[in-house]
Amino acid sequence: MPLKTEEMVLNMGPQHPSTHGVLRLELQLEGEIIKAVKPHIGYLHRCFEKHTEVMTYPQVIPYVDRMDYLASMYNEFGYAIAVEKLLGIEVPERVDFIRVIMGELQRIASHLVAIGTYGADLGAFTPFLFAFRDREKILSLFEMTCGGRLLYNYIWVGGVSHDLHPDFVRLTREFISYFRPNIKEMNELLSFNKIFVERTANVGILPLDTAINFGISGPNLRASGIKWDLRRDDPYSVYNRFDFEIPIGDGRMGTVGDCWDRYFIRILEMEESLKIIEQALDQLPEGDVTSAIPKRIKPPVGQVYTRVENPRGELGYFIISNGSLNPFRVKVRAPSFVNLGIMDELCRGHMIADVIAILGSIDIVLGEIDR
Amino acid sequence: MIYDFLLKLTGSEIAAGFIQSLLPLFVFILPFALFAVLLERKVSAHMQDRLGPMRTGYHGILQTVADIIKLVQKEDIVPTNSDKPLFNIAPVLVFTGSYAAFAAIPFSSAFIGSNIDLGLFFIVAVSGLVVAGILMAGWASNNKYTLLGAMRSAAQVISYEIPTMLVILTIVMMTGTLNLTTLSELQTGYFWNWMILGGPVAGLVKLAFIPSMFIGFVIIYISTLAEVNRTPFDIPEAESELVSGYHTEYSGMKFAMFFLAEYANMFAVSAIVAAVFFGGYQSPIGYLGNTLDILWLIPIEQFFWFTFKGVFFVFVQMWLRWTLPRLRVDQLMALCWKYLIPIAFVNLLIVGLITVL
Repeated sequence: MPLKTEEMVLNMGPQHPSTHGVLRLELQLEGEIIKAVKPHIGYLHRCFEKHTEVMTYPQVIPYVDRMDYLASMYNEFGYAIAVEKLLGIEVPERVDFIRVIMGELQRIASHLVAIGTYGADLGAFTPFLFAFRDREKILSLFEMTCGGRLLYNYIWVGGVSHDLHPDFVRLTREFISYFRPNIKEMNELLSFNKIFVERTANVGILPLDTAINFGISGPNLRASGIKWDLRRDDPYSVYNRFDFEIPIGDGRMGTVGDCWDRYFIRILEMEESLKIIEQALDQLPEGDVTSAIPKRIKPPVGQVYTRVENPRGELGYFIISNGSLNPFRVKVRAPSFVNLGIMDELCRGHMIADVIAILGSIDIVLGEIDR
Repeated sequence: MIYDFLLKLTGSEIAAGFIQSLLPLFVFILPFALFAVLLERKVSAHMQDRLGPMRTGYHGILQTVADIIKLVQKEDIVPTNSDKPLFNIAPVLVFTGSYAAFAAIPFSSAFIGSNIDLGLFFIVAVSGLVVAGILMAGWASNNKYTLLGAMRSAAQVISYEIPTMLVILTIVMMTGTLNLTTLSELQTGYFWNWMILGGPVAGLVKLAFIPSMFIGFVIIYISTLAEVNRTPFDIPEAESELVSGYHTEYSGMKFAMFFLAEYANMFAVSAIVAAVFFGGYQSPIGYLGNTLDILWLIPIEQFFWFTFKGVFFVFVQMWLRWTLPRLRVDQLMALCWKYLIPIAFVNLLIVGLITVL
């Protein structure tokens, strides 16, 4: 009689140190080998999209803050652009520049969390604290500007809530010169560490066609080797005025589109963001930042879809207006939600430890997935 | 020496033996665990641009005391569906395994729990108990994570005992003794008599031994790291994968026993490395007691040197832990079976040839 073996079902989460929030992964295991992964989501569902239907347009902004809570500025950025398009208003140039600076600072802060927690997921705890040390400086810049450290309510429809602090430009330049060497330090400590490379290279390889079929966007897509960045390919705000590279995965340590590529693309993007911030600070025009803010936001009947390049990928807002003070419908295309769909495809045949590596490299935020 | 002194003091062989066997526990393991936990916190904090504990006492020196008090006060939770007898025995077994190893560790020429001829063998054998305890804990908790942790741990500890034993065998072949005191006495004099620098032989043979000894040291250090489940080999208790591995379900004092055992084990393996390769309790630069002609000072100096060497290797373990990421379980096995064991074997043959010639 042949021996019968049963597959084990292991629940990872929702209380688990490295599911990055309240995600539950149902793993089907044969020994330590993954047969299937089923993500169960919804533990952080806060009815965001339904709530917006009884809010006025400016009241929605604090809600979008709470979606991707590691990239609040960028959520507001995308929402503001969408409503402005619906209203058909132009914002002053200074506002656009401030938004870009804030957005790119937020991108660095968000990537720092991604990199730091990725190190912690793989057992290296020190890079995690180094990343948070640097993120803290960015949060202080935000705090100086608008008072918030995590949730800002800063970028409003038609403008921003406050002008920059007089010291902001100087301190941001100081931060840039402080932060550049720290990227090198992070590379020495983690990126090119032999054990780290062993753990991530050739693990969770995402081929380009699969990535496109699954609708993957952002750093995860670029790591598979395509130059697709909405900041360049579908420019919004003033991004077409800056000179920056779009880093793509080149399979330096293993295969194109493996976990190491997805990790390293974020390091490279931080450097590009620093370049954008430097240029924006140089060109920052004078002007009033609140003059274009409408007193009453009542867009005409219609619908609009805008997309921006959030730190995690393509963040889209689909807004339907019925001509009243409240939006009829706000649908968010959350990058983390779409990116999470690839888990099963990537994890099959790997080990439990690799699930952590793959999940960390996709860099999800549960607030955005569940909304 | 301690035994004779105790015998004179108590007048009873049983009492003397009993007190002597308890001495390492109270004189050394408990204070060391307190110290090591604080050291770990401070080392990690300063490596990460933090301060670490600062509130309890001057620069947080009472932090571990506070931790222990907290752990003692905690409710002792036994999961409903656990295998209760095994669940209760496991921490004791793990603690016993690591504590028993201290019996044969020579802290100085006058202070050794039991000066048996099979010292090295005894330590390695008794450490095997720890695996049984870990397996018990993992199984009895009736939790998939703990079971996975325990299975990984058993596989890891057993595989890494092989390279450790092969290196120890190399040394035994050179010196012809398993007794740790004799081994330490052999390396007397100055630091060039340490095994890492070829041992107490003279001439060209010594030079021939040095590369083999360095390789042996690296192998034994890596394997002992794996045996005590420290990063980069902390896979059994990989926090980010298996919550905290085999002791996930333990709380209160039972958890503290695992914790204590881990730190005791860290020192035990460091002590083996120090005793085998770095002259045991011998001073590298001669004794003050000899110079001043105060003979009772020598054992105290020896105790200092031994503790210093042990704590130094413990520090290196912490340093590695806060620098390196963690290997995956199959990579860990590959490292052991594909690299460490073959190299250790070749090393053994080379040393054997040199010794015969």
